[in-house]
Amino acid sequence: MSTRIPLPYSPKVLELFRNPKNAGAMEDATVKASAGSPACGDVIRMYLKIVERNGEYYIEKASFESYGCAANIAAASVLTELVKGKSLREAWEISWRHVTDELGGLPPIKYHCSMLAVGALKRAIREFFKGKKYPEWLPEKPTWEEKQVIEEEKMIEKLYSKYAGLGGR
Amino acid sequence: MVEELLRQHGKPEKEVYFDLENSGLVPQEVVEAMLPYFNKRGYGHPSITHKIGWEAYEVVHTTRELVASTISAPDPENIVFTHSGTEANNLAILGFGLANRNKPGKIIVSAIEHLSVILPAEQLEKIFGFKVMRVPVTEEGFVLPEIFEAYMDKDTVLVSIQAVNHEIGTIEPIEELVKIAKDLNPNVVFHVDAADAYGKLRIDVKKTDIDLLTISSHKILGPKGVGALYVKPGTRIEKVIFGQLSTQSLWPGVENVPAIAGFKKAVELAFKNFDENVAKMRSLRDMLMKGIVDNVTDVLINGPTGDKRAPDNVNIAFLGVEGEALTLEFSLRGIYVSSGSACTSRMLEPSHVLLAIGRRHEEAHGSILFKVSRYHSEEDINYAVEQIPPAVERLRKISAIKNK
Repeated sequence: MSTRIPLPYSPKVLELFRNPKNAGAMEDATVKASAGSPACGDVIRMYLKIVERNGEYYIEKASFESYGCAANIAAASVLTELVKGKSLREAWEISWRHVTDELGGLPPIKYHCSMLAVGALKRAIREFFKGKKYPEWLPEKPTWEEKQVIEEEKMIEKLYSKYAGLGGR
Repeated sequence: MVEELLRQHGKPEKEVYFDLENSGLVPQEVVEAMLPYFNKRGYGHPSITHKIGWEAYEVVHTTRELVASTISAPDPENIVFTHSGTEANNLAILGFGLANRNKPGKIIVSAIEHLSVILPAEQLEKIFGFKVMRVPVTEEGFVLPEIFEAYMDKDTVLVSIQAVNHEIGTIEPIEELVKIAKDLNPNVVFHVDAADAYGKLRIDVKKTDIDLLTISSHKILGPKGVGALYVKPGTRIEKVIFGQLSTQSLWPGVENVPAIAGFKKAVELAFKNFDENVAKMRSLRDMLMKGIVDNVTDVLINGPTGDKRAPDNVNIAFLGVEGEALTLEFSLRGIYVSSGSACTSRMLEPSHVLLAIGRRHEEAHGSILFKVSRYHSEEDINYAVEQIPPAVERLRKISAIKNK
């Protein structure tokens, strides 16, 4: 299976766009977190229901909301399926490549969709441990995916400053 | 993989194609006009002196005559065929720059010009030191004559403003702008990108005193692969592609003769019953626009409404949804459109046109462009109006952005 494909969508992405799994807000979520910015046309919000068993935290269920392209929706769908039943420690290990491969590959221009999904998950996990004791497997510094998300969120401010027309707000 | 993707997509019960901005269907009559030129007649090079060459020359020449007559150009020799509208715009801008490279002055373009004007103009700045100014436009995309006048001066050597904006359908006040430009500098060269105006708006290059004018075949339902540039005699312009053998001095290479034959038929069809065609497009346009605005909440119309809007153009921002996802959801329902989103254009930023009229990035991302033609029916519009609300609703339901 190849991470890189030439078309915007694999058949799997199209299938998940049509019938996404776990789409929609979660009323009884333990924690939620968003990544991306509306100005980039790219936002994923992750909802996690977390339960404790024998001192370890597990994701009982996950759902998402997405403002973005088909790959964005499909990536979030795949990730919510992947994390279901996993411990937070196991979920933390999921990389954007893993998500991309699960999607049947993405063209490079869409890699940021799986980075955004993983970034939103990592934010939700960090959010959960806020005010709690940080487990030793959770790094203090942002991971690569988290850095990518911050980059994308920052990029838009630069773009805005370029446009000042008569119709500008 | 594409095959599998198409199978996954499936065939919708009804299909309506609105993506005429990017290209579109070629009517059967046009296809039939092209066919003989592949292998029955005129399949040679139009510059060669044998019977087959003359047959090719005949269709190239009569198409030139026809196109010249539709824009009131004095002489068919004023029409140069290229391989696309993009190429014609490049010939106009770069060709002017090459011919005037020793006196690099100021170039004025509007902020919403097609990229095939803006990007070559930027090249002239980079290579020869011309200075490019982008005139801002109003919220509806109009270049205001008084604003244009403030940018225009005697050092301005080239102006390029489109007659109709390709994305939001704004009809620019070209006559007024040409007058202002030539009053301030009688030697200025005025280029009009009429790719989206031709066949939908009356154009008179003589009366309006236009120096260069771009036309594109596929924008009037002709085949892809033909563009035309009107060049007023005496205009300082040089060729930008070099080679040998052509019937024309500003463009070398073999003319795309079958496509030119098809273009000729497309011109005939567009100009036969011109007013009727335009009235039909306008009525379908308004029907589609009203159908969407009445049935979908939180939408914005991009561009003006009424007489100052191109008869074929509908551009709507659907708030809270992303355009590429919407394009795909529409596709699954057999409605084919394009969007102003960054994803669709494969560029980092959303449409520069939508940003220039003051749309926020998120409004631009959710903008969808529809173009109607005389081949659409009221039934097509009704189908679209029936399918669009549930498509938008499905994506809004799972959207991470909620409108208040």
